[in-house]
Amino acid sequence: MLEANLEDRKREARLVASRTWIAATLVIVALSLVVVRLTHLQVDQHDHFSVLSRDNRVKVQPLPPARGLVYDANGVLLADNHPSFSLEITIEKVDDLDATIEELSRVILIEPRDRARFERQKQQRMRFQGVPIRLNLTPTEVARFAVDGHRFAGVDIRAELVRTYPLGEDTAHVLGYVGRINEQELARIDKSNYAGSHFIGKGGLEKAHEALLHGQVGYQQVEVNARGRVIRTLESQPPVSGKDLHLYLDIGLQQVAKEALGEERGAVVALDPRNGGILALVSNPSFDPNLFVEGISQADYQALLSSPDKPLFNRAVRGQYPPGSTIKQFVALAGLTAGVTTSRRATYCSGAFSLPGHSHRFRCWRRGGHGALSLEQALVQSCDVYFYDLANRLGIDRLSGFLSDFGFGALTGIDVAGELGGLMPTREWKQRVRKQSWYPGETLIVGIGQGSFLATPLQLAVATAAVANHGKVIRPQVARAAQAPGAAAAEQLPMVSHTIALADEHQWELIIDAMAKVVESGTARRIRSTEYRIAGKTGTSQVFSLGQNQRYNAATLPKHLKDHALFVAFAPVEDPRIALAVIVENGGGGGATAAPVARRIMDAYLGGASVPSVPNDSGGERGD
Amino acid sequence: MIPGASVATRSSSYFSDDVLDQGRPGFWQRIHLDAPLLAALLALCGFGLMVLFSASDQDPAAVERQLVRLGVAFGLMIAVAQVSPARLRSWSPLLYGVGVAMLIAVLLVGDVGKGAQRWLDFGVVRFQPSEILKLAVPMMLAWMLSARALPPKLMWVVLAALATMIPVVLIAKQPDLGTSLLVASAGVMVLFVAGMGWGMILSLAAVVAAVTPLVWIGLHEYQRDRVLTFLNPESDPLGSGYHIIQSKIAIGSGGVDGKGWLNGTQSHLEFLPERNTDFIFAVIGEEFGFTGILALLALYLFIILRGLVIAARAQDRFGRLLAGALTLVFFVYVFVNTGMVTGLLPVVGVPLPLISYGGTSMVTLMAGFGIIMGIHTHRIRSRG
Repeated sequence: MLEANLEDRKREARLVASRTWIAATLVIVALSLVVVRLTHLQVDQHDHFSVLSRDNRVKVQPLPPARGLVYDANGVLLADNHPSFSLEITIEKVDDLDATIEELSRVILIEPRDRARFERQKQQRMRFQGVPIRLNLTPTEVARFAVDGHRFAGVDIRAELVRTYPLGEDTAHVLGYVGRINEQELARIDKSNYAGSHFIGKGGLEKAHEALLHGQVGYQQVEVNARGRVIRTLESQPPVSGKDLHLYLDIGLQQVAKEALGEERGAVVALDPRNGGILALVSNPSFDPNLFVEGISQADYQALLSSPDKPLFNRAVRGQYPPGSTIKQFVALAGLTAGVTTSRRATYCSGAFSLPGHSHRFRCWRRGGHGALSLEQALVQSCDVYFYDLANRLGIDRLSGFLSDFGFGALTGIDVAGELGGLMPTREWKQRVRKQSWYPGETLIVGIGQGSFLATPLQLAVATAAVANHGKVIRPQVARAAQAPGAAAAEQLPMVSHTIALADEHQWELIIDAMAKVVESGTARRIRSTEYRIAGKTGTSQVFSLGQNQRYNAATLPKHLKDHALFVAFAPVEDPRIALAVIVENGGGGGATAAPVARRIMDAYLGGASVPSVPNDSGGERGD
Repeated sequence: MIPGASVATRSSSYFSDDVLDQGRPGFWQRIHLDAPLLAALLALCGFGLMVLFSASDQDPAAVERQLVRLGVAFGLMIAVAQVSPARLRSWSPLLYGVGVAMLIAVLLVGDVGKGAQRWLDFGVVRFQPSEILKLAVPMMLAWMLSARALPPKLMWVVLAALATMIPVVLIAKQPDLGTSLLVASAGVMVLFVAGMGWGMILSLAAVVAAVTPLVWIGLHEYQRDRVLTFLNPESDPLGSGYHIIQSKIAIGSGGVDGKGWLNGTQSHLEFLPERNTDFIFAVIGEEFGFTGILALLALYLFIILRGLVIAARAQDRFGRLLAGALTLVFFVYVFVNTGMVTGLLPVVGVPLPLISYGGTSMVTLMAGFGIIMGIHTHRIRSRG
């Protein structure tokens, strides 16, 4: 029994001991497995993981350049950058967005308005680009967030330069505005250069000169921790700020023009005929561009969109109106240079004109007729019959061909984004668009600037300047020069022009004299100036068509159906320094409404003091 | 006890000529500590404090708190070492009963921490009853199996398995996958050391394989995620796979020589999550490199082998089973943690023993080493 017990115990001890050794072997095998794994990670794949480790900690951060500033002709700052602190959420780094915002709102005031803007911008953001939840943090709020910030992964304070337009409404239609980059723009821009930028020109000058204003992005290599906090900077390449733009625009004149329009809907384009520089470009009413920079609220935007005055509509470069009689001087030039009329040739106006073999009567604005008229008298009186006849003899091909040289029907190329080209009707256009052949009667209508002929105020101003220049058509430009940061002098932007050659150079003088007489004794005589001579041409653009025998009565017509009043002019006649086009929507006659606006602008620019007194025409008759 | 039995007992030791059992007990035996084990443990803890200092961003307060815990743990180890195995054996059923009762209490009234109920709050002390089971389960099983001849009969294997499964299921329900795994492994280790037949081991493995799909259904969503992420960590680089990816980068970028103490970018720039607790092994890999890790693993291996030697040299069944099982549980800690951090095993919340920051597991582990030392130093002497 005892011996058996002893044997059992020995066997048992051996069993346990063997199990212990098996266990030891297994332990060594298992730990060897770990060692093999470590060899794989630390020896074989060391290089691979070293790169990953470096990628983890070293981040390349773009340094956005400061956007170029914009100054007017006299150095008045029109577009500025002001430093602003905003609170941004990088949505990709946040687990529970709603909870984070909820938690944030206990630290920093977040209004429903901020939430709404955030939700809107969230839809249009770039990936891993922060979306602001609050703008314009006060220093107190910045400090408060700095204390609690560690609790909010993916939420950061960002100091950035935000565009402001100190003169707001006065410059909105020229400068346009910048706004946050959206998906469509993202597809178009050079992503690396915009890596740190949040804003891009959305319209006007800001968009047209985006390349100059934006600048060159810089980079820095920084060491960051897992939460993206920068520990130190390893290397950096500073950004190059955008170029400052110096404009031809004279903000004083711009304000005069805006005041001259007053409450009227309309537009003014004034430029320097010597260089094509835009002196004033007004579209009335206007809007506050600052609202758009950080994203306009839905309510504000709706209000702007639904206003019957269309404040967002840039009438100066996008408003396409029948130019009316303001193009008669160009038709006259076409007739002269084509040889179908001369300065001495007379045409009889009986108050209406009919094409041979047709019964339709094309009426003159003066129902009684002007009698026999020379070319000069026809311009001074703005006789329609004379120009029906002239257009008829020119034919549409020569007419539209010649007028196209002045820039009608094409973009002027101004550095204000969004320009429209108007419409210079041609046979080819009609065939293509309307699928109809050209009727001779249409030529007559085009000859007095009506029908399908459309022009923008800008095109009228450019064409008028070309007359002042004896045929030199200069591409209009708002920006005169661009100054690189730190550069001593601004670099002049190039001037682009082409010249229209007439058969006889004296024909320019002839037309300019006639235009001067328009102001001295013709349809614009009420703005006659004693200090300098003005050459001008009035015009009226029909908003609705009258029947064959109806009479136009301004007194009984609702305002929105009244004719648009137009006026183009340049001055002084001897040495033109300003050319302009004015349109007053539903303003009635060009001489009565639009010309005085032009006179005030020319006075302000040329130093004349007197402003035309009380109008002496009732303007009851349709015409000019 | 008749003299013959005493001789039989002595000779039953595999090391029949064990000097420990003869002559006057030496200094270490009188204070019931094992010098080699103690030295290795102290070296390990010293190294651990150094790593912790780096992993906690050189926060002396963290090191200080860990030092206090180590003091408590070593104190407990020394105290436990003074208890003779015979007394421990007699306490086993009671400790097990109390432990299971507290686990039930936790499920009923326990505190919720990190989405799991693990803590019992006694007003002054909050502690995890599941820790007790890491010791109570192997003690209970060693108590059960040591009463009869080894290898155990099937009925006792089944009973032992049952005694293991009750606390394992209760802990898994908390849910604490890591601890339930360790407690289960403690039970398995006792059975293994006890010489359970290979046939039985294979059938047990077959049962586990059969039960696995059922366990999968019972797992919490986050636990399933962990397993799935383990299978393909890159599938979710910012979510649950992040831990593994970052820890592999940390270890791999350490290379052979490491980036140097306090110079690990992965840990100091906070890319490595849980860097002073479960993932501290990655910090060691990054800062001390392959050589440093080999040294650490060698230290662990020494401790484990020393524990196994002590088990083999123990004088009775209870001592052998318990010392062997406790040592192997320590190994399971090491293997599961290093396997997890290097991406060999799924992410299970098992700390790197005696190095990871935190008190509970350390206290239990050191108490376990106290038991091992006690088994080694409380010996029935032959009066030679």
